[in-house]
Amino acid sequence: MSRVQLWEMPGGIHPAEHKSQSNGTPIQPAPLPKRLIVPLNQHIGAPAEPCVVVGERVLKGQLIAAANGMVSVPVHAPTSGIVSFIGPQPYPHVSGLLSEAIVIDSDGLEQWTELSPCPDYRSLTPAELLAIIRSAGINGLGGAGFPTAVKLSARSAQKIHSLIINGTECEPYITADDRLMRERAAQLISGIEILAQLIAPTVVLIGIEDNKPEAIAAVQAAIGERPFSLRVLPTKYPSGGEKQLIQLLTGAEVPSGGLPADIGMLCLNVGTVVAIHAAVIEGRPLISRITTLTGAALSRPMNVEALIGTPVGELLDFAGLQEAQLDRLLLGGPMMGFSLPSLAVPLIKTSNCLLASTASELPAPPPALPCIRCGDCADVCPASLLPQQLHFFALGQQHEQLKAHHLFDCIECGACAYVCPSSIPLVQYYRAAKAEIRELENKQLKAEQSRQRFEQRQERLRCEQERRDAERQARTEKAAHAKAALAANQTTTEPGALTAAPAGLSELQKKLKIAASMAQVTLKKAEKQLSLYTDKGGDTGELQAQVEQLRGAALLAQSALDAALTTVSPATVSVPNAEQALKKAKIEVAMLRAQVRKLEQLEAPNAEQTSQLQGLRSQLTAAESLLESLPSPRPASVDPLPASPAMQALKQAKIALAMRRAELKKAEQAGTDSDQLPSLRAALAAAEQALHAAEDACGKPAPNLQRLDKQPIDETTRALKTELAMARADLSKLAREPGTPEAALSVARQRLLTAEQHLQQQQNS
Amino acid sequence: MSMVLSAVLALLVLCLICGAILGFAAVRFRVEGDPLAEQINALLPQTQCGQCGYPGCKPYSEAIAGGDKINKCPPGGEATIQALADLLDVEVEPLDAVEGEKPQMVAFIREAECIGCTKCIQACPVDAILGAAKQMHTVIASECTGCDLCVEPCPVDCIDMLPVGGNLQSWHWSQPLPPGQLIATDREHAA
Repeated sequence: MSRVQLWEMPGGIHPAEHKSQSNGTPIQPAPLPKRLIVPLNQHIGAPAEPCVVVGERVLKGQLIAAANGMVSVPVHAPTSGIVSFIGPQPYPHVSGLLSEAIVIDSDGLEQWTELSPCPDYRSLTPAELLAIIRSAGINGLGGAGFPTAVKLSARSAQKIHSLIINGTECEPYITADDRLMRERAAQLISGIEILAQLIAPTVVLIGIEDNKPEAIAAVQAAIGERPFSLRVLPTKYPSGGEKQLIQLLTGAEVPSGGLPADIGMLCLNVGTVVAIHAAVIEGRPLISRITTLTGAALSRPMNVEALIGTPVGELLDFAGLQEAQLDRLLLGGPMMGFSLPSLAVPLIKTSNCLLASTASELPAPPPALPCIRCGDCADVCPASLLPQQLHFFALGQQHEQLKAHHLFDCIECGACAYVCPSSIPLVQYYRAAKAEIRELENKQLKAEQSRQRFEQRQERLRCEQERRDAERQARTEKAAHAKAALAANQTTTEPGALTAAPAGLSELQKKLKIAASMAQVTLKKAEKQLSLYTDKGGDTGELQAQVEQLRGAALLAQSALDAALTTVSPATVSVPNAEQALKKAKIEVAMLRAQVRKLEQLEAPNAEQTSQLQGLRSQLTAAESLLESLPSPRPASVDPLPASPAMQALKQAKIALAMRRAELKKAEQAGTDSDQLPSLRAALAAAEQALHAAEDACGKPAPNLQRLDKQPIDETTRALKTELAMARADLSKLAREPGTPEAALSVARQRLLTAEQHLQQQQNS
Repeated sequence: MSMVLSAVLALLVLCLICGAILGFAAVRFRVEGDPLAEQINALLPQTQCGQCGYPGCKPYSEAIAGGDKINKCPPGGEATIQALADLLDVEVEPLDAVEGEKPQMVAFIREAECIGCTKCIQACPVDAILGAAKQMHTVIASECTGCDLCVEPCPVDCIDMLPVGGNLQSWHWSQPLPPGQLIATDREHAA
């Protein structure tokens, strides 16, 4: 073995090793526990999301919780069994708080799920290799538990040129990596080869402390001729720290607040590398790990390969725990480990050691005394910090000073507290100060976020209010405009109507409403009676006719009311309404009359037609009575000009002509009474004559009767004409409205023009 | 005599020039808004809860800049009062609140009881409640400032204020007790 240059790291201590207690026996398989508690968060990052349900049977190695996001790690079933609970369970944490976990009741079969091994990993692309590592649920097994796939895929500006394999295991008592390297050196080297294939570093350095000669020999033998260089380091705590190891092996220092990747280095624990080997070559996810069980309270200290989720109490029992002697149970080593609150907590992926100590082995530290500023702590600090200053700043909660003195570069190794002659629990001060600063920063971040959200909301509300105000303004303006237009209209057509316009229903409308409801009530009563008699089987002919009549009357009343109500618009007021109602009633009467006449003209009406006729007659009488009830319009509102008798005669003649024409048309359309047609035509001619006479009488020029002879228009022309009329209406509407954009107007004009052209073409062709 | 006059004139001219420069600078380099109020606003917790009597943190910060007391912010607590006292160089005063300092809270809607009236949505100053008319509402916990303003308008009282924390992520080490504060019997347990 060639001795190569090693660099120095600052500080460091040499605590008693206590490694021989547990490193003498081979790694034992731990007994299968009845219940496994598999926490969802065994790593740094987001907890995994369960993908099984309570009661589901899972196989060994089956995915039970999927990674939740990029910085997360999936969780697999450590053994086959039934999922019995998903929820808060004990968790190996100093606080004793519960954490979400999946509990599996093992069935003892150890039935594996189907694995997909890839012994031929050299044919895989880096992305595929990375996917395998990610899906195998591997996170750092050294202690912090950072997701390995994230570490491997983080592409820094600089390419990774050095792969560093951490086999130092500097903390006292812990021998898990030692035994692993002794017994699984071949797998370790295989794992390194996979990593070399994945990230293609220029150098691979394996660092092992010189207090593990067997491990060194085994790894050296496994390396063989491969270009991996094994570096043997002098034993010193904490040479196993990532940054410290990099400094020892390469002399390069990871910048403050930076990552090894920033200087092109990547550091992985030997356990993690073996897990990568298992994941790629054997296809096995990370469901077990090697853990040191040690301490004077155990009768058989050893290393076990235990399933993730095994309660630590069962593991300790396996190692011969003498509970009477147990004083403190530490997870991790004596320097950086923490006390476990109970024996029910499960083993997780980052648990490398369980230290069951007796009271004499790890005595409680004496009460802290004031700092005497001896400076020993600064001498041993591996991160070259000033622990004493940090201590005082932490006491005074001077966060700015703490940050200025690089508190966040402290790796919490505990060397300072170890050498402190005043037994000051320095690391606890730093941990508390770090937490306080982080909490404050989070609070500030949240405050800033809340401020932004608040301001954005205020802005949004303001905009909404402005929009609403603008709309209201526009509405009031429009209303005022319409009112003004109406007033102008009123004054030109009928000055008296404006004052007469009532706010609510006009007298007429009220009257109509009452009439309509009365008619409805009477109709209902009659219908009821009718149904009563029909049930009894009596003679209902008369009643039926009565009901028919009432129904017609009610219908009529309702339609009159509707007409009166719908004509309420800003442009028309009560008097025009009355006119409309009158007109409507008149039309109704005329139509009914026409129908009655038509039926009467039938030579041999059947029973149905007769009853229909009867109903129509009754409707007609009702309509006539309604027409009479309506006030006759003031002549001024119908015809502003005083009509001379001659003019009236002319008008009547015109009406007569129109009626005759309509009758003729109807008969023509019906096409049945061919013998009636000549008589109708004669009547029309007579009416025309009468009209001409009337026109002569009133001295008005005779109208051009050309259009009487016009040909019926075809479909296309009609469509074109309709289009033209609509275009014209659109344009005039737009022109009427104030504030219409010029573009819209021009579009409408264009439409009108094209419609005109089309019509012209159609008529010419 | 002319000496005195010329001296007076020279000083007068100098004064006028300096005054003009100052006047120009005052207009040209005018600072928009109140910089002090902005600094104060940055120290306030931005819960927008209105417990100080002002409609939000910004109005309170403007009031403090105008001479109001600094101890009216219960969500900020002692830490905010301390920070404000440091910034404004005034005396630290005890918190002016009946209930004193409260832990950080987060609103929680018992969704089965929610009738979807949207009243809490309108009350939330930071838009942290999601929902629509006749639809169930829910609180976006990460955006909730724990201001309480949504509790009052709820017609069916289905909003609870729950204390934040109690999980592994929010737990952290506390500082060890200073040596002097340990009483004799605690010394054995303290470590």
